[in-house]
Amino acid sequence: MTAIDVNIEAVEPRGTKPKKVLSNRNIMVYGVLIVAAIYYLIPLYVMIMTSVKGMPEIRMGNIFSPPVEITFEPWVKAWAHACTGLNCDGLSRGFWNSVMITVPSTIISILIASVNGYALANWKFKGANVFFTILIFGAFIPYQVLIYPIVLLLSQIGLYTKLAGLVIVHTVFGMPILTLLFRNYFISLPEELFKAARVDGAAFWGIFIKIMLPMSLPIFVVAIILQVTGIWNDFLFGVIYTKPANYPITVQLNNIVNSVQGVKEYNVNMAATMLTAIVPLVVYFVSGKLFVRGIAAGAVKG
Amino acid sequence: MEKASRPSQLFRNLSAKFAAIPMVLTALVIFVGCTVWSFVYSFTRSKLLPKPLFTTEDLFSIPMPTWLIKDGSFDVYYITGFVTKSFVGMAQYDRLWSNSRWLTSIENLALYAGFALVFSLVVGFILAAFMDQKIRFENTFRTIYLYPYAMSAIITGLVWQWILNPTFGIEKIVRGWGFENFEFAPLQNPDLVMFGILIAGVWQGTGFIMALMLAGLRGIDEDIWKASRIDGIPMWKTYIKVVIPMMRPVFVTTLVLITAGILKVYDLVVAQTNGGPGLSSQVPAMYVYSYLFTAQNLGQGLAASTMMLLGVLIILIPWTIIEFGGKEKR
Repeated sequence: MTAIDVNIEAVEPRGTKPKKVLSNRNIMVYGVLIVAAIYYLIPLYVMIMTSVKGMPEIRMGNIFSPPVEITFEPWVKAWAHACTGLNCDGLSRGFWNSVMITVPSTIISILIASVNGYALANWKFKGANVFFTILIFGAFIPYQVLIYPIVLLLSQIGLYTKLAGLVIVHTVFGMPILTLLFRNYFISLPEELFKAARVDGAAFWGIFIKIMLPMSLPIFVVAIILQVTGIWNDFLFGVIYTKPANYPITVQLNNIVNSVQGVKEYNVNMAATMLTAIVPLVVYFVSGKLFVRGIAAGAVKG
Repeated sequence: MEKASRPSQLFRNLSAKFAAIPMVLTALVIFVGCTVWSFVYSFTRSKLLPKPLFTTEDLFSIPMPTWLIKDGSFDVYYITGFVTKSFVGMAQYDRLWSNSRWLTSIENLALYAGFALVFSLVVGFILAAFMDQKIRFENTFRTIYLYPYAMSAIITGLVWQWILNPTFGIEKIVRGWGFENFEFAPLQNPDLVMFGILIAGVWQGTGFIMALMLAGLRGIDEDIWKASRIDGIPMWKTYIKVVIPMMRPVFVTTLVLITAGILKVYDLVVAQTNGGPGLSSQVPAMYVYSYLFTAQNLGQGLAASTMMLLGVLIILIPWTIIEFGGKEKR
């Protein structure tokens, strides 16, 4: 789908090294890059600073000033006591809900899509391409078109507002991009391997488990990164297909921060925002370049 | 009658067919079936009724449980109801296009999409071009530009809501520098609210555009640069006259991806303004959601969602034709 070459690995500088360090050109290049970097870093900085200040200090000072007195009270409150409506058990509930949504959704969607991509790459059957094309175009259908009929379908099978229902939804909507990812990867593997295994009498599942799986660890990591961040960050499906007790962290965060009742506690809000951001940020910083590969492939999701 | 060879055809490659069942179901039931369902029901006067009604018309109705969110304060009611349907032709679409809320949504989206496209393409390309100057710390810069993309649009919306907060944020700081009358409260101003959202949206999205553009730039032959250097063509001119035209496919794909993403913009607005002040930052996705789940007026919500699909198709079909030349996909 993406006609773009996503190989961003080749980042080693080429050619001879520049001689002058402080040439005009360098000042401009680094100047622009650093100014841009500051713009990108400001929100993270503000989030962290606000989350460790007390409310009196927030009212007095400005959002960019570092805290005079560091306090972790807001973090504790956000995690354990922040209120959404009548519930005051903090963001921890949403956090664990999100874990319970993300883990099975990631595993199931990747299992299904990897087998699927393998079937499409190596065991093409009649009509396979038709379904695959529908799947890829399906990735572009606005979710708003599909959400309501899916509510009806899920309620027919008794899974509406249940966690299992949401897992199905994530599996379905993750399928186009993951299938594409795995199919393209398996196609890129040398065909001789596959043929040799067939001559040796291995069948569909045997080849998949013994030959394909061991060779495709990197693509599985990319898929995991893609799914964990995507599902963790999901808001729309969470709000539609679960009930308040099962709300994922993003929905609960929004409810805490945008709640109209009570006095606004901006430090608690920012601590809650940081708590929500931690999981994808850790995934991002740990995975590095693989993340770029993942999102480049996942761009179809829009 | 079936031929004798038929069953063996069907059972050939059985494991692969078995493995493809989820894909076939998803393609047919969700992507085709649900789209058709929404399309058909957009021509009806469907409402979700709170209690069962058994008129002849409702014999074909679908029982379902649903719940209602009361004006965003998240009191939840569980209602068991029935979807009724009676065809009303284009009535929902007539209503849609005479509804000022929908028209505002479309205007907002057009404004947002226009600016977001230009900004993210220009900023993304410029950053990528600078990143491509054999710089040091490239990985560090890329990590910084891309991290917003890893985070939820909800987080983006909430952080920028805080930074743009007039009582504590930028407005207060600039006033503190002595500009007593300085005003910067885009999220509280109906005329500027979409630009407030734009700041956040561009912050989150440009890093990704930069990465795509950088990949495109890296795909350009080094000899092009050498040739233009020998000919004494200034660098900016090489970019405009040679490199950008060469990167046309990258630009087109990026354009399609951003646009398809922008049409769906929802989370960001929910977190940042929830459509306010008043209805001034409504977007189509929000309109659909509130008609489907709050107003329980299905026909209207589905008509709006069908218009969103139409919007995607208008972008997607020409792109498919250009990109794949009408031939079968690879």
